[in-house]
Order: sequence, then structure tokens, then C-alpha cells
Amino acid sequence: MNAISKRGLLKAGGAMMVAFSIGLRPKGAAAWTEKPVAGDEVAAFLSIDAQGGVTVYIGKVDLGTGIRTGFMQIAAEELDVPMARIRVVEGDTALTPDQGPTYGSLSIQNGGVALRAAAATARRELLNMAAERLGTPAAQLSVADGVVSGGGRSVSYADLVGGRAFTMKVDTNAPIKAPGARRIVGQSVARVDIPDKVFGRFEYVHDFKRPGMLHGRPVRPPAMGATAQSVDESSIRGIPGVVRVVHQGAFVGVVAETEWAAIRAARDLKVTWSNWAGLPDQARIWEHVRATPVAQVQVTSDRGNPAAAIQGATRRVSGTYDFAIHTHGSMGPSCAVAEFGADGKLTTWSASQATHNLRKQLAMMLGMPVEQVRCVYLEGAGCYGRNGHEDAAADAALLARAVGRPVRVQWMRADEHVWDPKGPPHLVDLRAGLDAQGNIVGWEADAFIPKGAGGNVDLTAAELGGLPRENQIHPGNIIHNLALPYAFPAIKTTCHRLDTTPFRPSWIRTPGRMQNTYANEAFLDECAAAANADPVEYRLRVMPADDPRGREVLERVARLANWQTRPSPQQDRSGEILRGRGVTFVKYELVRTYVAAVAEVEVNRRTGAIRVTRFFCTHDCGQMINPDAVKAQVEGNIIHTLSRTLKEELTFDRSTVTSRDWGSYQVITFPEVPEMVIELIDRPAERPWGAGEPAAAIVPSAVTNAIFDATGVRLRSVPFTTQKMRAALQGA
Amino acid sequence: MTETVAMTVNGRAVTITVDDPQMPLLYALRNDVGVTGPHYGCGLGQCGACTVHVNGESVRSCQVPVADAAGKRIVTLEGLGTPERPHALQAAFIAEQAVQCGYCANGMIMESAALLAKTPRPTEAQVKEALANNICRCGTHPRVVAAVLRAAQG
Repeated sequence: MNAISKRGLLKAGGAMMVAFSIGLRPKGAAAWTEKPVAGDEVAAFLSIDAQGGVTVYIGKVDLGTGIRTGFMQIAAEELDVPMARIRVVEGDTALTPDQGPTYGSLSIQNGGVALRAAAATARRELLNMAAERLGTPAAQLSVADGVVSGGGRSVSYADLVGGRAFTMKVDTNAPIKAPGARRIVGQSVARVDIPDKVFGRFEYVHDFKRPGMLHGRPVRPPAMGATAQSVDESSIRGIPGVVRVVHQGAFVGVVAETEWAAIRAARDLKVTWSNWAGLPDQARIWEHVRATPVAQVQVTSDRGNPAAAIQGATRRVSGTYDFAIHTHGSMGPSCAVAEFGADGKLTTWSASQATHNLRKQLAMMLGMPVEQVRCVYLEGAGCYGRNGHEDAAADAALLARAVGRPVRVQWMRADEHVWDPKGPPHLVDLRAGLDAQGNIVGWEADAFIPKGAGGNVDLTAAELGGLPRENQIHPGNIIHNLALPYAFPAIKTTCHRLDTTPFRPSWIRTPGRMQNTYANEAFLDECAAAANADPVEYRLRVMPADDPRGREVLERVARLANWQTRPSPQQDRSGEILRGRGVTFVKYELVRTYVAAVAEVEVNRRTGAIRVTRFFCTHDCGQMINPDAVKAQVEGNIIHTLSRTLKEELTFDRSTVTSRDWGSYQVITFPEVPEMVIELIDRPAERPWGAGEPAAAIVPSAVTNAIFDATGVRLRSVPFTTQKMRAALQGA
Repeated sequence: MTETVAMTVNGRAVTITVDDPQMPLLYALRNDVGVTGPHYGCGLGQCGACTVHVNGESVRSCQVPVADAAGKRIVTLEGLGTPERPHALQAAFIAEQAVQCGYCANGMIMESAALLAKTPRPTEAQVKEALANNICRCGTHPRVVAAVLRAAQG
């Protein structure tokens, strides 16, 4: 039976139409023509074809968030063309500008704003051209559906520029639509990808095929630092369709004619691995973290003399908060297709959130000029940070080079759980001093977290194969939000950047910002309790007077949750089920999106079972392009982070990860998802900020604060499992 | 070594040739029949992304040897409905915008379709229980529940 379905052909045709419309029909994997991709060129972002169809080229990719629809709204709004006439090309190193990785809640804030400026520049240019053509001043022209009209005459965008590239620079001061004139931006437009996804017609990277494509699977070491001493190819001789075993150092992979043969071959291949037991003892992970050499000390806030203030305070409070190692746990294991053309050029298709960076990494690993590599984004399963897609692309590239044919690699579930880069362990010590009125007079925080920022996470294949790589760790920008948005008279927050961390680290949704917010906002709650103060009132006491938007989200969440003003914990702890509520606030990275939350929980005093029953959230990310899409992100942040807060924890022995599937790494289930009440604050006249991460930051602290309110017991170690809760209640 | 397996996929008779009858149905559907609605998620029957209907029952196609599908009626997401004639669940998932990445949506819809076939008017708790073994990482859960209840009322 022909493996290429009719749907596949239609899809391939559709993909080709995009390229064809701009004269860039790719004739094979490697035959491509560069178009302008410099971020200051309008042509890098936009083209208009002879039929008036608009193509948006964007470096930020849709990781399942719906951002594609948002980009279409922005372009449609500024150009006055219907959304149906817009196509979007994302994350293709030959076609789209390098706008950095799709991370950090920056896709609208940076990527969308850049697109808006390009579209506004294009519109002004088109109006000037039309003015000349129609003999009517630009100011007297109007645009509807891509047709410029004035003085009784009209001309279409297609007639003005159809098929020719824009040649001007982006003017970031080009006038954009005023809030009152917007018709598409600010509306909850239905996402363009959802119909195909619910009818089984969407082409994920997992569904992508190339002519002559083979299937590959990596065979990873059973101990993470082991090397392959010998490979017995005869062990898989009985499997029909095996094409090649590839072995280089600790990199081992198989290639076969069919996917099932590749899976069987990877499963059955006998490899003699060396012993390795270089991981720390999980039971003593925090001792290990404290004993890790510090590479760099970063002070992120420093005002007054907090040490002296705490020393002289009426009351002193201290606490240590830890947050477990997490996997991304992608629903769809990482997948990529790699193909070398006859001219030696490499093309990869993957769900990489950073194709421009992946291109450089693959070139480095393979010893190729970067110009010889093209990386194309295709959507995968939801991605909340740098997971395994880049690594799958590297696996596929090594295997494709070995066999000289296109190779598709999809990881198995255990490959994903064991080998994706991990959210590193995060430890924060806190100390505060209170005066006689309970006010904070000094605050000190020390975080023990790996060094590095948001660079390139090394490719596993390069590491295992002993191939060139940067050999640095990059856990993301994990120092933010250890500094606080509050007006304490004396404060010092210090990040002790550790030289190593047990697993290759990367950023998972709200990296560091969430863990730091968790520690700070939970500890602030401890201070409020010590001061016998209401937790909302206590926060408002220290909210800077010049930050009305922060005050507003906090006051609004209190109203939304019908907050009863009183100190925590609640006093009636007689029943078996104890109920409580906790509040939290964040100003993301202290410069953007404001979020406040109230969690309500029930704790079974006997069993320790924790149930989050309701979750209230107020959210101010400035202008919203698509309010329903923002709401979906807030919902996703809350649920994903409740899962991480209550259940998720990587387990490992001295050699490898032992939480290798969804049974040993459990995540939130439908019955555990609370009712959510979300209030979005729209500010159409403000600049748009990000929404993909900030609401995750407030979840763990809201939950532990609510648990404390219910039980009088403070949990300081994520995940807040039933076992930890029961032990804490028994110790109380 | 090879053998042929005949079955009906979305109303169409198909015969595929396999060299291992123990190959899971999922790979036959995706690579031999060419329907990509069902996704590989775990290969362990834990996540639900590969769910299809076999003779009207929802099953995890990663756990069914292709040989066991011989002579059976297989329905995948593609066969449930089309844009022109959507299943009530497909229409409801669009109306509720109950998808983020959508990798799990196949399982959510196919499992819910099996639920509604037996329990046309489920309670919210019944919906959550029916989907308790379907994993979603994006956090679409409340929209999925709303979509299933909407479809049930339609």
C-alpha cells in the first residue's frame, strides 16, 4: 500500500505553494535560495504575491500556543487584508528572520511587535505607491481587503507590488493602528490550526515524510556516562529491513527501512557498555547542590544593610525552599527528519524552538559551513522550553550522513523521559527580620542554581559521539525574580551560580522565575503569619506607590476570590478535611506582565492528600492580541504548573534516570484539575507583554500558602506530595 | 516471513503486508495505511494519544498487534467526521477552542466519542473519569471537558 496518503500529497502541495509564490520552489532538500532574512528588512517579514496573497515570515514559531493566529491578526490588522489571505512561514533558516529562540514569553512582545512594525512600514509604502498611481494624496486613501481606494479609483496591493519583494528597511516608528481603529487585533479570533488538528489533517513533524526516507532510532547508554565498547550487529540480523548500525563513541543508532524494524533493532541490538555511576545520591540531592563549587556570584538586588537589620530585628524568620528536577515530558517524543542533498547540503525538519541556533550547532557538530545547513520548523507536541527536538535532529543528521538517505528519527518514550535536558534542582535560603509592627526591615535570599543563561544546549549526539560542541551549560535565565517587586528598606538577593548540575540542564516554562517567585512569595507568607497580618494586606503594605498596575491585579484577585481578610492559618483545624486559601503576586522579571492568584485547597489531615479545588487568577500583560488565546495560556500555565507542583519529580539512581514513563513520572489528571476563574485585564493602549510563562510563576507559592492556611504546616519542598504532607502533619 | 492483514479503516477495505504480526496497529495505520490522526505518545498504553476505535470500542493502538486487527472495523480521527460533516465532538472542540498543541486531541476526541456512544448525557464527573488516563501537557483539560459536555448537549 502506498504510504503517501492523498492528504499527504495535498499537504506537500500546500507547502510548495508557499515557496512557489515567492519564486523559491525547493526542488529537493538541499536546493534552496536565500531570501532576505535580516531583521531590519521588511522583505524579511512580508511578501505579497501576484494574487494579493500575503506571506508572513516569522522567526518565532507556534509551539502549540496559537501564536500563528496572533501573527496573522497583527499582519491583517496593519495591512487591512483578510486573515484568510495570509500564510505564515515559521522558523525556516532560509526564509525567516532570526528573532532568537521561541522562549521567554517574547513571541508577541518582541516577535509580534517586530512584525507589526514591518507591516506598518509596508502599509505606508503601499499607500505612497497608491497615491502616486491614483493621483490622490496618501492621507485621503483608505484600504479594505488589500485594495487601496481614493478619489473614486482603486488599486490592489497585488497590482502595486504583487510578486516583487519589498526593498525598504523596517521603520519602527511607522504609524500603527490606533486602539479605536483596530478590528482584528484584540479580538478572540478562532485559531487557524484547530480544525485540521481535530479532523486529523494537521501535519506535525511526526507525520512529515521525504521520498526514500528511512527510519532511525538512537540506542542510548543504560548508564548516562557509559561508552559503547562493542556493538554486536549479528544480534539484529534476523530483523528484516535493517540498513545500518551506526556507532561512534557512546553514540549508537540504527537505521531501517520501516519504523517498526528500527524500533525492534534498537530494542534488540546487543551493545557492551562500560559501567558508569556518576550521578549523585537522589536522597541527598540538596547536600550535593550545596557542595557543588560556585562558578560565579551574582547579586541581583542590594539595598541598605539587611544583615544588620535582621540581626537587630524584633523577630527573625528563616526558611529554605527547594524545587525538584523536572523533565519536559513532552506528549510527543522528539522527532526530526534529516536529508543530505546531492550537493552535500543538509536540511532538517524538526520542532526546534530555535532553528537558527540549531543550524549553527549542527554545522559545528558535523564540521560543515553553516551556510550548508538549513533547519526548518514543523510543529510538534507542545513545547515549554528546550526539550529533545534539537537532539533528535542531531541524531537524524548523523544517521542520514551515514546512510546517504533521508532519515526520520522519533524517540521512544524512555528516550524522552531519560534524555531530554532537565529543569535543574533549585534551592533558595531566605532570612528576614521584622519590627515590632511586623514590618519587614531586612530581607536576604541566596539561590543555589547552575551557571549559564539562555544559550545553546549541547546536542546529545555530539556529546555522546565526542563531536564538536560548545561544552557549556545553559539552564535559561534563571536568576530573575529572586529580586522582589516590593519596597523593603534593606534587601540583598544573591545567586550562587554552580559550576555543574547533575543533568544537562535547560529551561522549562518559567525557568528560575517560577522557582524564585515560589520561594519569595511563600517566605513572604511566612513573614505575614509571623506578623499576624492578612497576606493580601501585608503585600499591599509593601507594594510600591508608583506601581498601580501591581496593586490593581492584587486587589482584583482578592475581590475575584471573595477573599476574607484575616491572618493565616485559619483557626478551625478540627475536621478531617482542612480548607485554606493562599495568595501570590508576581511582576514578571520586575519589568513586565503582572499576575496575582488565589488558590483554594483541601487537605486530608489523616492521609495528607492535597486537592486544589479552585484557582483564581488576575493577569495584566498589557495589550492583548487575542484574549482567548491569552486565557488559554493562563489556563495552561496554571494546570501545567499544578502538575509540576503537586506531582512531578525526576527520579534517578547513580547511573541513570529511573522515571522513564508516565507511570514513574506522574502528571496531573482530569479529576485533579481545579475549577479556574481567570480575569484578564486588557490595556489596548499599552504595549503587549508575554503570557506564555508569567502565570506559571505564581502557582507553587499560591498552593503552599493555601496549604499553610488550611493546616498551619508549611511545605517548602516541591513537589508537595501526599507523603510529604502526611509526614509534615504528623511532625506538626 | 511476510503476511497480509485485511481490515476496514474508516469504511475502506485495506490489506497490508507485514513482516511482523506483532507490530502494533499504530504503525500499520500511520505508515502503511497513511492515517496520521493517531499519534505515538508512549507505546505503553499510558497516554492515550494513539487511541482508535476497533469495532466501536476505544483502544490504544500502540498496544494492539496488527494481527489482532484482522477483519476488524477500525475508525480513526479522520473517519470520525470531516469538515463538511463533523462529528459533534469535532465541532465542539473547535467551538470551545479545546486544543493547544493538539497532540493529545486525537485521544481526547476518540475516547470521548466512545464515552458518548455509551453514555450520551454524561455528567462532568463522568467525563473527567473517562479521560482520567488521557494525558495532556498543555493544560487544555477544562476546555476538553466543556467540549465533551457541549457535544453531549448538541
